[in-house]
Amino acid sequence: MEQILLKGLEGGKTWRLADYVKRDGYAALKKIFAEKMTPEQVIDEVKKSALRGRGGAGFPTGLKWSFMPRNYEGDKYLVCNSDEGEPGTFKDRDILYHNPHQLIEGMIIAAYAMGIKTGYNYIHGEIFEVYERVDEALEEARAAGFLGENILGSGFSFQLHNHMGYGAYICGEETALLESIEGKKGQPRFKPPFPASFGLYGKPTTINNTETFASVPWIILHGGEKYLELGRPNNGGTKLFSVSGHVNRPGNYEVPLGTPFAKLLELAGGMRGGRKLKACIPGGSSMPVLPGEVMMELDMDYDSIAKAGSYLGSGAVIIMDDTVCMVNALRRLSYFYYEESCGQCTPCREGTGWLYRVVDRIENGKGRNEDLDLLLNMTDNIQGRTICALGDAAAMPVRSFVKHFRDEFQYHIDHQKCIVSS
Amino acid sequence: MLEIEIDGKTVSVPAGSTVMDAANRLGIYVPHFCYHKKLSIAANCRMCLVEVEKAPKPLPACATPAANGMKVRTHSDPAVAAQKAVMEFLLINHPLDCPICDQGGECQLQDLSVGYGGGDSRYGEEKRVVPNKNLGALISTDMTRCIHCTRCVRFGQEIAGVMELGMAGRGEHSEIMPFVSKTVDSELSGNMIDLCPVGALTSKPFRYKARGWELSRRKMVSPHCGLGSNLTVQIKNNKVLRVLPFENEEINECWLSDKDRFSYEGLNSPDRLEKPMIKQGGEWREVEWKVALEYVARGLKDISSSHGASAIGALATPHSTLEELHLLQKLMRGIGSENIDFRLRRSDFREAPKLPWLGMKISEIASLDRVLVVGSMLNQDHPLIANRIRQAAKSGLEVNTVNPTSDNFRIKVANRAVVSPSEMAGTLEAILNALSGKGKGEARDIAQSLKSGKSVAILLGNLAEQHPEAARLHYLASRIAEKLGAKFGFLGEAANSVGGHLVKAIPGQGGMNAAEMIENPRKGYLLWNAEVELDMANSGAALAAMERAEMVVAFSPFRHRAYEYADVMLPIAPFTETSGTFVNTEGRVQSFRGAVAPRGETRPGWKVLRVLGNLLDVAGFDYEDSDSVMKEIGISGFASCDNGMQNEPAALPIIDGLQRVGYVPIHFADGIARRAEALQKTALSSVPCAFMNAALMKKLGIGEGEPVLLRQNGGEARINAALDNGLADNCVRVASGHPLTASLGAMFGPISVERL
Amino acid sequence: MLGSESLKKIDKEVAKYPPDQKQSAVMAALRIAQEEKGWLSPETMGFVADYLDMEPIAVFEVASFYNMYNLEPVGKYKITLCTNLPCALSGANDVASYLKEKLGIGFNETTADGKITLKEGECFGSCGYAPVFLLNNRKMCGSLSFAEVDRILAELE
Repeated sequence: MEQILLKGLEGGKTWRLADYVKRDGYAALKKIFAEKMTPEQVIDEVKKSALRGRGGAGFPTGLKWSFMPRNYEGDKYLVCNSDEGEPGTFKDRDILYHNPHQLIEGMIIAAYAMGIKTGYNYIHGEIFEVYERVDEALEEARAAGFLGENILGSGFSFQLHNHMGYGAYICGEETALLESIEGKKGQPRFKPPFPASFGLYGKPTTINNTETFASVPWIILHGGEKYLELGRPNNGGTKLFSVSGHVNRPGNYEVPLGTPFAKLLELAGGMRGGRKLKACIPGGSSMPVLPGEVMMELDMDYDSIAKAGSYLGSGAVIIMDDTVCMVNALRRLSYFYYEESCGQCTPCREGTGWLYRVVDRIENGKGRNEDLDLLLNMTDNIQGRTICALGDAAAMPVRSFVKHFRDEFQYHIDHQKCIVSS
Repeated sequence: MLEIEIDGKTVSVPAGSTVMDAANRLGIYVPHFCYHKKLSIAANCRMCLVEVEKAPKPLPACATPAANGMKVRTHSDPAVAAQKAVMEFLLINHPLDCPICDQGGECQLQDLSVGYGGGDSRYGEEKRVVPNKNLGALISTDMTRCIHCTRCVRFGQEIAGVMELGMAGRGEHSEIMPFVSKTVDSELSGNMIDLCPVGALTSKPFRYKARGWELSRRKMVSPHCGLGSNLTVQIKNNKVLRVLPFENEEINECWLSDKDRFSYEGLNSPDRLEKPMIKQGGEWREVEWKVALEYVARGLKDISSSHGASAIGALATPHSTLEELHLLQKLMRGIGSENIDFRLRRSDFREAPKLPWLGMKISEIASLDRVLVVGSMLNQDHPLIANRIRQAAKSGLEVNTVNPTSDNFRIKVANRAVVSPSEMAGTLEAILNALSGKGKGEARDIAQSLKSGKSVAILLGNLAEQHPEAARLHYLASRIAEKLGAKFGFLGEAANSVGGHLVKAIPGQGGMNAAEMIENPRKGYLLWNAEVELDMANSGAALAAMERAEMVVAFSPFRHRAYEYADVMLPIAPFTETSGTFVNTEGRVQSFRGAVAPRGETRPGWKVLRVLGNLLDVAGFDYEDSDSVMKEIGISGFASCDNGMQNEPAALPIIDGLQRVGYVPIHFADGIARRAEALQKTALSSVPCAFMNAALMKKLGIGEGEPVLLRQNGGEARINAALDNGLADNCVRVASGHPLTASLGAMFGPISVERL
Repeated sequence: MLGSESLKKIDKEVAKYPPDQKQSAVMAALRIAQEEKGWLSPETMGFVADYLDMEPIAVFEVASFYNMYNLEPVGKYKITLCTNLPCALSGANDVASYLKEKLGIGFNETTADGKITLKEGECFGSCGYAPVFLLNNRKMCGSLSFAEVDRILAELE
């Protein structure tokens, strides 16, 4: 199977510039300069690849890049979203730790394509060792002339800095992340205006996920069409899936988009203790949960998962076996959104706490008959009514857990105890 | 222009408008909390969610840009469903304690919950409780009621120019709070109370005094600074219990300074003089008005016959009404004295401006792109004009200042020349010269800034007016303006700084001005609202002059220090108890009616003067009402003013040693504010200090907070030293208008400082 | 107020951003200050505010928003254990009980000797290594078994 992001990585010892160069590192950048590819050609290549944003929303990357105002006078910014904190997701961390230069190269290419001189890489606060390593990689890249003034004599200049988060899931939301870089609370902005016109410091800004940027060098080197062929139409390339929970070998698996879920589960060593797959969240905790039997029939690409009523999201696959109490699982997730709501807008600030408290009550044997309808109605009132998607993210688990496992919730309410453990 | 349809009605709005703007234009009310026309858009309350055709979800009207052909429904089922859902969320953690909430009856949340709230709650969990905060003497908090709209936070950041409140924490635990135990100290803080849509921030002085619906309302005009803010004065049982802004976009917009808002407490002060009093044999006794006025008339006639009418002088504050100032000058001239003045804090009368005013409309400040402010504690002296400059500075107005201090007024200042008072004229000269190419330093920078502007103004502040070289500063500033083709004006100090000139409450031929009346003590003084030790340029000398006089008649709403030096005290009405007129700094004539009946035996000033005029046999004092006084004055609308002057006043010698920088702290500028209890407890009313920069303190061997002895013209004051590194060298900044410094001399000029 | 080493680090952070955007360095400045002082006292936050030309409340907003800042003193070692779903599926709750019992404290408490503070954390983005805890905001310890917890605790001085 072709690997793009994790190719040739050996136990975390091959992250340095010299190792990366051996893996064709910075060859794409050199190609651009050598062949005098224009920014438009670079964007076209990315468009051809059908690369879709790997942060969760799946927006076509080439299209996003083309939104940046071309002839804007003044500063423009490039921002990498490495604020990975969606439960289940740990792919960017591995790219940053094991293959930092691929991200750096991807960002330089993106900056070139959009005429940007300054970039920031916003790294999740809890992964300090990763942050330090990327800092070192940046130093290497600067020393080798890949970053800074007049890169490789091309006349193109680009500065890239790391910015460290410090414990706020919401900063994974791109406008919250921009606020955070500006030295403020990470509270999402109302859109429009979108970052492409009013981004960091009010300037045009493009934000992409780590994995997205890291996929770019390969696309440039081998061509967008070749990348597309790796996956499926409209679902180009390979994707990193972070598999966690009840599997024998949790970890990141890079497979072509469209790989059957069963295959992915097999790669991850199968179910821990050979137990039955009860449920799976296929795209990170914010995406709807699907019953195990549904999952086993699905292929891992954006469109297939969407058809089944969930989303591929960040590609975080949380595996739950038949020992899991779905009420308790939802209680923990709802607590997360309650805890991580930024507090800015009413439905989320007030609603996430309410959701959590009701689920918590049900879990603790104090559920009321009207609670399940109340929960669903609350999610109606939160979803689509908030400034950012955190409201939706808090609502979707509740809806899907109750939808697919309503009996289990009802049992908790009726018997004040759990059906799984009894 | 864009065409947009809301609830079936079509309207055209300029590009960049929001759906809310368009709805406002159509007069369609969209429920909201966080939206406020003067603040940035937060879109956080979500109450204004509306249905937009083709949008997959409801959108906030406040933040959604209007687009051509857009169809919006604000009251359709989906819109109302969204609005009701938001209301439910807002109420789940709200205490619903309306019966004990001061906001009850005038609460946006209460009002909207009637339309959008449920009859009972589906929320069966524990409610949030949020600790209250001590924000100072003016704002009371009940933070559990807060709905996190952040209007107060945005007000601080965007209007007041200082972020004193923030929303700390996150999620459900977010709390509006100051940093640690700080209070909210800006001179505009009270506006946060108006902005708060719930009972989280309420007025501390008004707390539990009355319900909104029990209050009757009168539109009035503020008697304090030269802006002439429009007020809604609220009354219960013939007592002013609250003052709120009366929105007037051309004057105060929807704001008030704290002084405008809270000084009403001074009207209800225990210091109020309630009966006429006469001092006989060293004893004060209350008398009937008739007795008192006959006593005054007799006394004035006696002085006049034995020393001549010019032995009598009248000093009125510029906070007096136009009618009062007119009748007072008419009375004085009627008895044959030209000794009348209302420019009590002025000291340089060599060339007085003819009719000083702002030189433009207040609203024109917004369109300036360059301004030079000379001698002003801008935000303290003119809180809302400062705000207009602050807002304009955000969109390109370059602010330049010449001041002895570096106070930034919480405005982005492009260039500042910080020089001692006696060097200020020299600095203006340097700027004037630099306009023709020569120059260096700040003078050059300021000149360059001014020259590069298209819409420029030169403004003189209170300090420039009170300055010993006021006339020269005026002359030079007007020359700069002339050269630039710029607007030129004065930031009027008080409510009738323009009006007093209009009615000629200034000495005519052979008359004495305010300073001369003090330098050459008179036998008799009529003090109109004036507390000479606090209201005059040279407080020490003024006190001495009063003590030497044969008869001092103090007309005042307050039993002030005249108790020591006056012979007669006559209770005249403060602005709320009389009809009257103020002419603001842009020349706008604003009349008002009294809001409450005069307290005790207090009488409206114009009536007192009418009787006195008749008792003194002065012709033309038979007015039926205050309207007939105004008719005689004969101005309305906008008065025509004139900032011109004739000759160039000579330069005064530079002072070598220490100089006093006098200034009137915001809440000490007039008698009413001085007696407003809550205002006097604010940080802006703190005990005066002798401010010096570090170099001067070092030179004098004085440490921060140490007591010092100040001497000036034989007067002394003992206060503590404090550090102000923004002060020009050799300057000692000492407040005037304050009892602790009243025995000192002039606001400017030499001063000595000793360590105690 | 802060040592010269810390100030040097803060200056380096400030240099990453445009000259008129010093505030961008506030998160880093607070982190660096916390690393020096152990926690963010009001005085420390006030100092950072001055240093970056910010209003103190704006600094406090940031300090109170991001949950890795210590607004109260903590032990010499702060252990933040993730208990979110993927970690919980891999035994985080058992590790939590084990830590609580072994240290004799609950979440948000500090051992009597002031050595260790235990905190409950949200997702660190390291679910593949679950269960995980973070030591002093810096060192990620993963695949925690009781034996591994014992080993790590034994190494703490």
